[in-house]
Amino acid sequence: MSTVIVVTSGKGGVGKTTTSAAFATGLALRGHQTVVIDFDVGLRNLDLIMGCERRVVYDFVNVINGEGTLNQAIIKDKRVDSLFILPASQTRDKEALTLKGVYRVIEALKKRFEYIVCDSPAGIEHGAIMAMYFADEALIVTNPEVSSVRDSDRIIGLLSSKTHRAAQNLDPVKEHLLITRYAQKRVTKGDMLSAQDIQDILAIPLLGIIPESKSVLQASNSGVPVTLDKASDAGQAYLEVVARFLGEEVSNSQKKGFLSHWFGKK
Amino acid sequence: MNFLNYFRLSPQKNTASLAKERLRIIVEHERRLHNSPNLDYLPLLQKELLEVVRKYVAIEDEHISIHLERNGDFEVLELNITLPDNDNSRKDSGKS
Ligand SMILES: Nc1ncnc2c1ncn2[C@@H]1O[C@H](COP(=O)(O)OP(=O)(O)OP(=O)(O)O)[C@@H](O)[C@H]1O
Ligand SMILES: [Mg+2]
Repeated sequence: MSTVIVVTSGKGGVGKTTTSAAFATGLALRGHQTVVIDFDVGLRNLDLIMGCERRVVYDFVNVINGEGTLNQAIIKDKRVDSLFILPASQTRDKEALTLKGVYRVIEALKKRFEYIVCDSPAGIEHGAIMAMYFADEALIVTNPEVSSVRDSDRIIGLLSSKTHRAAQNLDPVKEHLLITRYAQKRVTKGDMLSAQDIQDILAIPLLGIIPESKSVLQASNSGVPVTLDKASDAGQAYLEVVARFLGEEVSNSQKKGFLSHWFGKK
Repeated sequence: MNFLNYFRLSPQKNTASLAKERLRIIVEHERRLHNSPNLDYLPLLQKELLEVVRKYVAIEDEHISIHLERNGDFEVLELNITLPDNDNSRKDSGKS
């Protein structure tokens, strides 16, 4: 059985690609056959974040159009054994993705992979719908900031109406809230929405909190998913998210940070 | 009056709680609109109300807002019209 996971947000620049790379790498590190697909046709970036930009020959749209095979297009990661990347096309636009085409590619990937992670483009239009359409589960990437929370709410609405699961009256897409770029200090001061505030508004279960971290930029600079940086607090938080996603009980180090902040410094 | 003080919110209310309150209202409003197609007349209602008010007072598009909120068992349709404070904006001011 394979699981299709969409990483989505509505708002741009909140950390979808960072999350897709880190999360897929985390799943593969745990031994799961994992492929991560870039749905951001025309603005491909996942290849850069994964550090395989110079190995792209065929892409997602080539496969859909029959100009190349899936085996030619998927790139095997050089660091993590069971990790693969399907890059987006840089020269087409998002309309090049058709429901039929996406369906065929995902069905073919299901034969080989346990987890298929879909990095959604920003927005609520065609590209974002294509990325979420066949999802079984969704990571809703949200920053502690008003416009991001509002856009996440729109996306949650679309997940329950504009997906294969909604159309076929199947169980709904399982939603997970992932809060990223979180700054506990600013939350404690009252300058930033807290995780609890965001949960109160969006009313979906919280999968984890990723701190705002300098290591994320360093990781993307070097083309290394942040989960491969053992010294990174954000990387560690993503690994916890993966463990929790796989059904393990993990205490949240971000929340522990919060308590030690209260009790340690007061 | 100090311009900045006028817009600054009471100091004990920090910006995060203000953000949460604003979100609570707007998200609820938008969910309601998306979930109930029978409310899709709201934008049109807003436009027509604007035209009626404009017969009497010169106001800009952004000076009217319509919000639907649930208040306990009631649906509250909240209509806000901000009137300009200078007198000569009254359309009939020359005649009377
Ligand atoms: N936890 C974090 N701490 C610090 N910076 C972060 C964090 N997560 C993401 N960023 C930064 O935010 C920016 C946007 O990240 P990313 O490209 O992953 O967002 P995106 O949602 O995929 O954007 P788009 O909507 O354009 O596809 C990048 O510069 C990235 O380095
Ligand atoms: Mg992206």
